[in-house]
Amino acid sequence: MKKHTVRFSLNGTPREITVNANELLLNVTREQEKLTGTKYGCGIGECGACTVHVDGRPTLSCLQLAVAVDGAEVVTIEGLAKGRELDPLQKSFLDNNAVQCGYCTPGMIMIGRNLLDENPNPTEEEVRTHMRGQLCRCTGYASITKAVMGAGKCATGDFKIPAE
Amino acid sequence: MYMNTNTRIVSPEFDFIQPKTLAEAFSLLEEHGATAKLLAGGTDLLVQMKMERQQPSHVISLAKVKELEGIKAGDGLTIGATTSISAISKSAPVKARYAALREACNAYSTVSVMLMGTIGGNLCNASPAADTAPALLVHDASVILKTAKATRKVPLKDFFTGPGKTVMQPGEILTAIELPEPARGSGSAFLKISRVVADISQVCAAVMLVRDGDKITDCRIALGSVGPTPVRMKHAVGALIGQRGTPEAFDAAAEIVARDITPITDVRATEKYRRHVARIIVRDALLTAWQRAAEGAAK
Repeated sequence: MKKHTVRFSLNGTPREITVNANELLLNVTREQEKLTGTKYGCGIGECGACTVHVDGRPTLSCLQLAVAVDGAEVVTIEGLAKGRELDPLQKSFLDNNAVQCGYCTPGMIMIGRNLLDENPNPTEEEVRTHMRGQLCRCTGYASITKAVMGAGKCATGDFKIPAE
Repeated sequence: MYMNTNTRIVSPEFDFIQPKTLAEAFSLLEEHGATAKLLAGGTDLLVQMKMERQQPSHVISLAKVKELEGIKAGDGLTIGATTSISAISKSAPVKARYAALREACNAYSTVSVMLMGTIGGNLCNASPAADTAPALLVHDASVILKTAKATRKVPLKDFFTGPGKTVMQPGEILTAIELPEPARGSGSAFLKISRVVADISQVCAAVMLVRDGDKITDCRIALGSVGPTPVRMKHAVGALIGQRGTPEAFDAAAEIVARDITPITDVRATEKYRRHVARIIVRDALLTAWQRAAEGAAK
C-alpha cells in the first residue's frame, strides 16, 4: 500500500503527515497528533462522538479517510478555545452541568457549534433536530439542549482554562 | 454488523486516487477495472469496508471532480451525483417544486451524514431503504450513466435490480439525476417511519398527485424498505387515476399498497408491522399531497 503525504491545517497549525490510504482521520488525530478529545464511539456513523469540522463542515472522522483531508482545514474540540478563553458553547456546557461521563461532549460541542454558527438563537426543537445524530448514553439530553440554547448568553462568561 | 467487526479501523488495504476531472476518473476506472470502487461521501462505502464486505484494490475519490457537484434548475432539475443530501434539502428550487424530495432529504439520517452523504451515493448503494429513492421515483427521475465513450439515461424505476444491485455496467459513473418539471396542479409528499428519527426507515413512502378540480388526473406512489428494491405501486395508482380525491379513495389505494408490497421481517421491523404502517403513511401522504396540489393550483 502506497504511503501518502497529507498537508492540512489542524486547529490552525499547518501539518504535514504521512499516512496509509486506509487510515482514518479519527485515528490520525488521536494517535499521531495526540489530540484525544475526539472520541471513537460506534465507528459506523451512528453516534456522533467522533465529530470534527473539515473546512467548517461537521464530519464524522471515523468515516473520513485521512488521505482525503489533504489541503483542508480540520478543527477538533481542542481547537475551539481561543488561547485560554473557552468557546461560549464550552462555557455554557459548564454553566449548565451538561456533562456527565463526558464521552459524547466533544462531538456534542462540535455539532452544537455548527448549529450556533448557522442559527445563534435556536429553539429547543431546532437543537434536538440538529443534534439528533449525537448519542449520550448518560441520557443528559435535557441539560445538553439547555446548554446549546443558552450559549448565546455565555458569550461574556469569564471562565478560563486553569493554568497548567 | 458482525460481533467481531472492529469498526475503529479500515483493515482492507487499497490504493487511494483522487482524480480532478471526470475524464481522469473514467481512465482510472478503465485501468483498475472491476476491483476499483468509487468513493463519494463514504458513509456507506467505509462502513462496508470496515465490515470487509467491500475490499477494493483501488478507491477512486470523486470529491475533487467539481463537474459532478451542484444543482441546476431550468425546465426541471439536474442534480449532480456528488451533491450532498444537505445541499438538496436547502435548495430553493427543490423547496419550491419537489416537496417529496425535500422531505426525504430532511428525514435523512443525521446532520453530519446529510453533509457527507451524496444523492448519487445513496442511489448507487442501492439499499432498499434509500430515503431519496421513493421521492425521486414519484418525481419521475432518471439517472445519467456515463462511460468515457457513451452516455445513457435510465429511468430510476428501471435502475434498481436487487439489494445493492443496479443496472450499472463496469466503467460507468452515475453523473447526475434529472427530474422533469412537475405537472401543473401537482403536489407531492414523503413520509418515513423509523425507530428514532436518525434511523434507517422501517417503511418510507412518497406520493405525487396531479389534481384537476376534485379529480385525480395523474398519480405516482413509491415505497422503500418493503421489498428487495425501492418500488413503484402500479395497482394503487390505477385505482386512483380518474377518481375524485376523497379520503375514502385514498384509504382504498393505501389498502392496495399494503397488499401489493413484499416486506420481510428483519432486525428493524416485522412484515406485519411494515404492511400496517405502509397503509397509514401512504394514506397520510396522499392526503397531504392532495392538499398541496390544491395550494399549488391556487397560486
